[in-house]
Amino acid sequence: MKKLIAFTSVAALCAGSAALANDELLELMNDPTQWVIQTGNYANHRFSGLDQINRENVGNLQVAWTFSTGVLRGHEGSPLVIGDTMYVHTPFPNIVYALDLSNNGKIKWKYEPQQDSSVIPVMCCDTVNRGVAYANGTIFLHQADTTIVALDAETGAVKWSAVNGDPAIGETNTATVLPVGDNVIVGISGGEFGVRGHVTAYNMETGELVWRGYSMGPDSDTLMDPENTTHLGKPVGVDSGTATWEGDQWKIGGGTTWGWYSYDPDLNLVYYGTGNPSTWNPSQRPGDNRWSMTIFARDADTGMAKWVYQMTPHDEWDYDGVNEMILTEQEVDGQMRKLLTHFDRNGLAYTLDRETGELLVAEKYDPAVNWTTGVDMDPNSPTFGRPAVVPEFSTAQNGEDVNTTGICPAALGTKDQQPAAYSPRTQTFYVPTNHVCMDYEPFRVSYTAGQPYVGATLSMYPAPDSHGGMGNFIAWDNIKGEIKWSIPEQFSVWSGALATAGDVVFYGTLEGLLKAVDAETGEELYSFKTPSGIIGNVMSYEHDGKQYIGILSGVGGWAGIGLAAGLTNPNDGLGAVGGYAALSDYTALGGQLTVFKLPD
Amino acid sequence: MKKLRLALVFGAMAGLASAGGATENRGLPGNGPAAYKEDGRYFTEDGVPTYFIAEDGTVDWMTFSGFRRYHSECHVCHGPDGMGSTYAPPLKDAVERMDYYDFVYTVSNGIQNVDASHQKVMPTFGQNKNVMCYVDDIYVYLKARGDGALERGRPAKREDKTDAISAFEAECMAGG
Repeated sequence: MKKLIAFTSVAALCAGSAALANDELLELMNDPTQWVIQTGNYANHRFSGLDQINRENVGNLQVAWTFSTGVLRGHEGSPLVIGDTMYVHTPFPNIVYALDLSNNGKIKWKYEPQQDSSVIPVMCCDTVNRGVAYANGTIFLHQADTTIVALDAETGAVKWSAVNGDPAIGETNTATVLPVGDNVIVGISGGEFGVRGHVTAYNMETGELVWRGYSMGPDSDTLMDPENTTHLGKPVGVDSGTATWEGDQWKIGGGTTWGWYSYDPDLNLVYYGTGNPSTWNPSQRPGDNRWSMTIFARDADTGMAKWVYQMTPHDEWDYDGVNEMILTEQEVDGQMRKLLTHFDRNGLAYTLDRETGELLVAEKYDPAVNWTTGVDMDPNSPTFGRPAVVPEFSTAQNGEDVNTTGICPAALGTKDQQPAAYSPRTQTFYVPTNHVCMDYEPFRVSYTAGQPYVGATLSMYPAPDSHGGMGNFIAWDNIKGEIKWSIPEQFSVWSGALATAGDVVFYGTLEGLLKAVDAETGEELYSFKTPSGIIGNVMSYEHDGKQYIGILSGVGGWAGIGLAAGLTNPNDGLGAVGGYAALSDYTALGGQLTVFKLPD
Repeated sequence: MKKLRLALVFGAMAGLASAGGATENRGLPGNGPAAYKEDGRYFTEDGVPTYFIAEDGTVDWMTFSGFRRYHSECHVCHGPDGMGSTYAPPLKDAVERMDYYDFVYTVSNGIQNVDASHQKVMPTFGQNKNVMCYVDDIYVYLKARGDGALERGRPAKREDKTDAISAFEAECMAGG
């Protein structure tokens, strides 16, 4: 109880100024000329209200200016624009540039942290970073080594720094942070190293730790109330974060928290998902492994979990649940509802009531998905909310040292972190996806702190009997649970989408193309080859009355690891050599920002 | 000295061409580098672990095991099938440049090469049993890939695991 009292008192102390910080940021988010948060707004819409560039004229788009980041490796996330300044971040070493938009992009200041390079190889899938955040005249950077730094937005001077984890035991960071009220809320990476995931709030002004909620552990760690925290409408019960684990395995349980976060100011709830349970060998961790693979709704001030929903109990395929939660107000059966839509790695798109956690829709958003026949939607059923696992594709049922073949999707998921966009104008979600399947053979591994803790061999290949490509860009109806249209892509679409009031949707491809398509039909309206593959997210802003579109190029990330050499399909049999298209035939490393505009 | 010390350490660890094993098949068929077989493991003339691929494509157990261990421990940086990635170089080529002893040294001790234009850092795996108990397996698999003797993907046919290999694995994984 001691912890709980501490949380409450801190929350009470902060309550006075919380509204102020929120109001300023909310106001800025509502101004479409700026791009003040990675996700576009708290609801993760990735929607720009600007309409100067529209579906009639987007075909005339041209490059306005470019900027080299000076760093190789995978460039995820996007720049921010606040006032006349653009903030550009890089992968490790996590440089931040402040560019003066009124002075031809002159560098106002540059911040480069000194980090121990030993953090590089404990970042499982490239040294990506998904960008900085802004609030209260401060830029927040969460470095690879888990140091959080608050920088004066005008000068780049360090206001404070805090350390969130220990890279020596595999704790690292790739995610942005979420400024809410007086806090910045941050996650952690390292699921492949046996890290126990958590979400932590730091005071925005001082860097002091306010609360921390773990993904698994006793209630005092998970910040759960056995009676009032609910799972599918029912109380979770005492110590639900240890009850479905064998022995002390929850201590190296995974469930890391490296995705995009969203926030509902009215409900004061923060939403995010947790990653895979470690190891990838399911036989070594019997039970549901709660609360890995789970959607969390936590109180922003105290961290207390209001509701949870575990999408993939006892993961057998590495289907992390970290993808973004997109918050919308839409009509369901004639009633306005506060919804949460989530495109999970497991290939299912979920629509929930975000106030209560009620499950409304769970449907496949790629027809290739085969590991499940679907989710039990009957509230009276003992398996309510659980996916029905097809035995043929169950790596747990087939067991250790057995190669389970033809599982769709691959461990990359039908979608990874690359965020979808939502247009309130079309009430449609625009989703970058993977179209890749796998063979998966789990085997026994031992745990060593700071060392990979994987325990499975994977082979990945494009979805069989399809268009041969490894990705699709789809439009999704979250009420009906249906694909509206789908654009086949040669490679996984690993770039975050942007929808605009001009009824144009933008996304990047791994070959390096920035594409614009019609929000209604998906018809391609514009395409431009940038210098390197795109795994960054498209953003938009206005300066001196002109609308701009910005995108970071710089191939890498897990896509760069999995696809650089191309994929092979073992089912093609001996003799079918060479594999599918190799990304390295199309693009090479290099970080660059490209900014587009209409001709003057 | 560095080489010699490691050779001793890992020779002892992996039972490298040591006395007591059942040596068989002197003068193995085919053009591969394997000169003799001992307890299901293959070795070159110099007593260095290597692969053996029969005419019908059957690979030795160590090569098959190396395929599995590589795709658990190494491929998240070095890409599928030893082909490299945007993040780390192709190991199928690395084993053609460095010999067995350098390979084991690098896996044990890691690499630090960081300056303005390089950020190549490999961790030290010396304490990681999931890697070190299978370092011979991974080496012979990569060598088969690098020599062009083994195609990409999962080997279709393999020899069975011998009791000696199982016993070594159990002892190594249990050891301190």
